[in-house]
Amino acid sequence: MTAVARPLIDIRDVRKQFRSRSGTFLEALSDTSLAVQAKQFLCIVGPSGCGKSTLLRMIAGLETVSGGTIEIDGVPILGPRRDIGLVFQSPVLLPWRTVLKNVLVPAEVLKLNSTSSQKRAHDLLKLVGLDGFADRYPDELSGGMKQRAAIARALMHDPDILLMDEPFGALDALTREAMNLELLRIWQASTKTVVLVTHSIEEALLLSDRVAVFAPRPGFVRELIDVPIARPRSAATRSDPVFIRLAEKLRSYFEADKDAGK
Amino acid sequence: MKTRVAAMLERYGPPILGGIVMLLVWEFVPAIFNVSKLLLPPPSSIAQSLWLIYDRGLLVENFLVTLAEALLGFTIGSVTAIFFAFIVTRSLIIERTLMPYLVGLQALPKVALAPLIVVWVGIGIESKILIAAIISFFPVLINAIVGFSTVEAEKIDLMRSLVASRWQQFRIVIFPNSLPFIFAGLNVAIVLSITGALVGEFIGADRGLGNLLLQLNFNMDISGMFAVLTVLALLGIVLYALVRFLHVRFVFWAKPDNLRSGPN
Repeated sequence: MTAVARPLIDIRDVRKQFRSRSGTFLEALSDTSLAVQAKQFLCIVGPSGCGKSTLLRMIAGLETVSGGTIEIDGVPILGPRRDIGLVFQSPVLLPWRTVLKNVLVPAEVLKLNSTSSQKRAHDLLKLVGLDGFADRYPDELSGGMKQRAAIARALMHDPDILLMDEPFGALDALTREAMNLELLRIWQASTKTVVLVTHSIEEALLLSDRVAVFAPRPGFVRELIDVPIARPRSAATRSDPVFIRLAEKLRSYFEADKDAGK
Repeated sequence: MKTRVAAMLERYGPPILGGIVMLLVWEFVPAIFNVSKLLLPPPSSIAQSLWLIYDRGLLVENFLVTLAEALLGFTIGSVTAIFFAFIVTRSLIIERTLMPYLVGLQALPKVALAPLIVVWVGIGIESKILIAAIISFFPVLINAIVGFSTVEAEKIDLMRSLVASRWQQFRIVIFPNSLPFIFAGLNVAIVLSITGALVGEFIGADRGLGNLLLQLNFNMDISGMFAVLTVLALLGIVLYALVRFLHVRFVFWAKPDNLRSGPN
């Protein structure tokens, strides 16, 4: 154990260009570097168009980098890897499968032992507060419950890394706050490395050890902020003086961006 | 209990009543205008003919022959179509090679092939099965291709993120996701398969409802022809109900309003 451990996710000088329909290149992300330590909860905050979802997709191996490297545990990413769990903005449940069978999808793809997978799926449903809903179909669930099922599915194959792309963006404010606390509880029970993309400052501060503030067009890491608020956190954390001070600081970045104009 | 009876009456009363009124009009009104009973036989004489055909042992066997031709042709045509759609959507090269010809064949009226097929395959049940299969093939093919290509990108991303093989992607996401489209094709194909079997029987056969219809036509037994038409309608309903049953059984999760769009 050295004092400076190698980061689990190491993003170095990553750029991403998309070719637009008119043939010109659009730079989504420019020279972004970011390191995520194992078991860390990192949030990426930024306005839309700052390339934060693109970066997450590149970490997941779903999108290629145009320049720079992303390494997980010292290995450059060439494509999707099975030690990553993904949660999208929409739950992406398969409507013809029951909740249990949806959670079991990763086990099916990875051909895991069926008996122990069944047991794990039931445990996960309990963890996300969906016990008793195993045999329901997705369209019988509320938006928040669907996203809980999606989280359980992302945890199914016990990945080391959980990547979440605005997982609560489609939920109403009340459900969203409840889900934030749920996620804290789930994370503490499972101790994964989490990278969560959000545009909510409060969500980022409540959840993470570290916040990466992105600026838009093209996206880059504007600021990295540690969140030195003790865990376990709760709804009361929102009124913690440190929380309030950091929230103001983060907000000032976005306002400065707005004042600076395009 | 009373409310259930009332509900049943409300649901089934009007169509049954409407049917009775229609039969009564058909039975008695043409006579008033001196329409020949030979040209437009009343329901009572059609029922008599139906009984006569049944009594001569012509009904059940011919019904089963046509049913088997249509059902086998439908099954073979649909399964082949789904297989072709799978191949075509898997490989761009194959799609580019085959699609122009498939679209071209699609524009050809398939019944026009029937005489040729009877010449090639013979007047037995096989030629009717083949005609029914060809005519069932295209609506299923086109719908399956659309179905296999219409998948929410995030569902594929989910599978890719798990490093799923292409076969796993197909089996777990793409195929079930395409079922609403495929069943839209099957609903059309099942009705067309009866047309295919019937046309085949018209061209050359010694059995089947189409053959029976031609014989009765030859004898100018119009009442008997109406009786066969009634049986054909029944055949259509039976086959359509079968597909409908499978549809409800396998696509229970797709409500009409989210057939095209994904969740949310």
